Amino acid sequence: MSRKNWFAWLYVTPLMLVLVPFFLVPILVVLVASVLETDGFGGLIPTFTLANYVDVLTSAQTFHLYSATLKFTTLTWLFTLVIGFLVAYFLVFHVKNQLLAISLFLICTVPFWTSNIIRMISWIPLLGKEGLVNSALLGTGLIREPIEVLLYSGIAVVIAYVHQLTIFMVVPIFNSMARIDKRVVEAAVDSGASRLDVMRLIIIPMSKSGIALGSIFVVSIVMGDFFVVKVMSGGGSASVVSAFYENVGVLQYPIAAASAVLLTVVLIVAISLILRTVNIRREITQ
Amino acid sequence: MSEADKADCKLSSAKRSTVKRSLSRRSLLKASAAAAGAAIGSDVVRGFPTIWAQEIKDIELRHVGVSYSVVKAIGDQAAKDLGFKVTMQNLDTSAAINRFISQPDSVDIADLEGWQAKLAAKRSVIQGIEVKKIREFDNILPIFTKGEIDGHRIPRQGISPYEAMYIAKPNATELHDGVTEWATFLPQVYNADSIGYRPDLVGHEVTEWKDLIDPKFKGKAAILDVPAIGIMDAALSFESAGLIKYGNKGNMTKQEIDFTCEKLIELKKSGQFRATWTTFDQSVQLMAAGEVVIQSMWSPAVAAVRVKEIPCVYAPVNVKNGKEGYRGWCNGMGLMKHLSGKKLDAAYEYLNWYLSGWQGGFVGRHGYYSPVPSTAKKFLTAAEWDFWYDGKPAPSVINDPYGVPMEKAGTKRDGGSFLDRVKNISCWNTLMDEAAYMNKRWNDFKVA
Repeated sequence: MSRKNWFAWLYVTPLMLVLVPFFLVPILVVLVASVLETDGFGGLIPTFTLANYVDVLTSAQTFHLYSATLKFTTLTWLFTLVIGFLVAYFLVFHVKNQLLAISLFLICTVPFWTSNIIRMISWIPLLGKEGLVNSALLGTGLIREPIEVLLYSGIAVVIAYVHQLTIFMVVPIFNSMARIDKRVVEAAVDSGASRLDVMRLIIIPMSKSGIALGSIFVVSIVMGDFFVVKVMSGGGSASVVSAFYENVGVLQYPIAAASAVLLTVVLIVAISLILRTVNIRREITQ
Repeated sequence: MSEADKADCKLSSAKRSTVKRSLSRRSLLKASAAAAGAAIGSDVVRGFPTIWAQEIKDIELRHVGVSYSVVKAIGDQAAKDLGFKVTMQNLDTSAAINRFISQPDSVDIADLEGWQAKLAAKRSVIQGIEVKKIREFDNILPIFTKGEIDGHRIPRQGISPYEAMYIAKPNATELHDGVTEWATFLPQVYNADSIGYRPDLVGHEVTEWKDLIDPKFKGKAAILDVPAIGIMDAALSFESAGLIKYGNKGNMTKQEIDFTCEKLIELKKSGQFRATWTTFDQSVQLMAAGEVVIQSMWSPAVAAVRVKEIPCVYAPVNVKNGKEGYRGWCNGMGLMKHLSGKKLDAAYEYLNWYLSGWQGGFVGRHGYYSPVPSTAKKFLTAAEWDFWYDGKPAPSVINDPYGVPMEKAGTKRDGGSFLDRVKNISCWNTLMDEAAYMNKRWNDFKVA
């Protein structure tokens, strides 16, 4: 082996030491479990079967679960993208003092000093029937009956996700915007470009890598979550993960494993589609 | 059990462990040490030989289970009384059974519900408990040792603790119908569950499950989202409303599961349920925040709502016309298979401590029951006993286990006395034969 090759291997070793035992091996275990039979009491019978996949792929429930999960994913992605983009844009292009911009950026992270769960649960007393929002609206006479759909509903789920995940959009978009050469924007303005044109032709295309990275975070987190859905929908909605978590609860490992493999495949497809829109490697090493 | 018998037990367990592990020098030494310890068992405080007390102080027992059954305050007291370390670890129901089955060595005492005991025996992760070594065994209520109480046969819909409690041999994987020398688990806490409601908002006394699905409470009702238990509450409601008659609510056929889940979906679509809940706190929150006025609930959760000065009643759903009744549950302790030698002896001491009264008194103040009320009584005040067990008006203020005033003098326990409540249990928490199918249909309900 050439010296160069040897060094290359050395460089990837730390990553491999983490990825192989903590990612590759578990995934393989799940993959194996997904093609086995179960005795119904948590035992796996070593006979090869594709029945679990047939079951998952032909069930109308899988379709309902994925459409519910995709709905939450799309809505969350849209809101976090718009909010995250605007926040990053403001910080990079409107705050002239760099020190101030960085301080404001750090302030964005303050809510993240406390746990996800606490930030989610704090919404409950706000959104409930007798919560702050409803009390305030009732008090001002804007509504007569409390708005029930604020809590234990799809809206509540999306609110909690957007609150939790917007930072994952802000950070990478901020990062790629900060690297845009301000002179390019000035040149465009000098040549008569409108603010919309600057946004459309310069800022958005040049923040693409940040948008893509943020989207990967948001999409994979929402699709892999079940806790927010469970709590904020008041158990009224399910997600792909919550459904197979229930299967694990009654020791139906193979079918849960098959669902998990399917979800992994769907996520790989989703992420590769996102990556096709942008050459991350080039953008990052630029 | 006499001191001599105890010494005998220790001897026999020492013998057993020697036989089990091949006769290594180490195990021989250990066994003879335990035997020696047991032999001088007569001259000590609290039943422990001095050598024994020296040897066990490094032992740690890990008792793992759900939060309402495995309580830190109880473990701390046990450690204080027994002289070895006890660690209580809480998991939710499904995480717990998964841990018992997939990492049995990380647990010493598994806190099992009846159906979990059945599973754990089947998977061979527990060892039989030798009932001879349980000092209070003869005082355990006949609910557990005969399947009856006060001349009343305990129903077997679902998995009753009596049904799940015995195996023929210490390593048997199938349950045995009827009392044997070997138990899968030792019951420690149980109760009869029903519906909690706001009397001020519901407007009439609730004694039937069908009120849970009454359109009057549209958008103001909730049920429990643990599929195996939630479906039983739903079944009790549908049976109460006369929609269906189940062969065995605790072990439904596919058709019965389909009917129940379809009906649930219909109710969900019509907006009957404001929410479903999974944890104790969620149910308290739902009721206290005015989100719901009626929901399936656990007894201490009703008490927790009342402590906030919000009226809440635990519906007395006595059996009538072959319908209604409470859904019973029972948690017990199982010995994991890897326990042996001194650690196993310590585990038996722990089990015996559990039935010796302190724990019975503690859970009694939660509104739960002890399998040996005769020992629990010694740890309850006369007023507490009258209120919790006898269903009499409280002679004075009743405190919760942590000393916070909970019930005013003169209040009566909802549902009445111990016998009134347990004799009206009509089904038990369970794991159905069609559990996988039921779960799938429950997910349909969730995603609908």
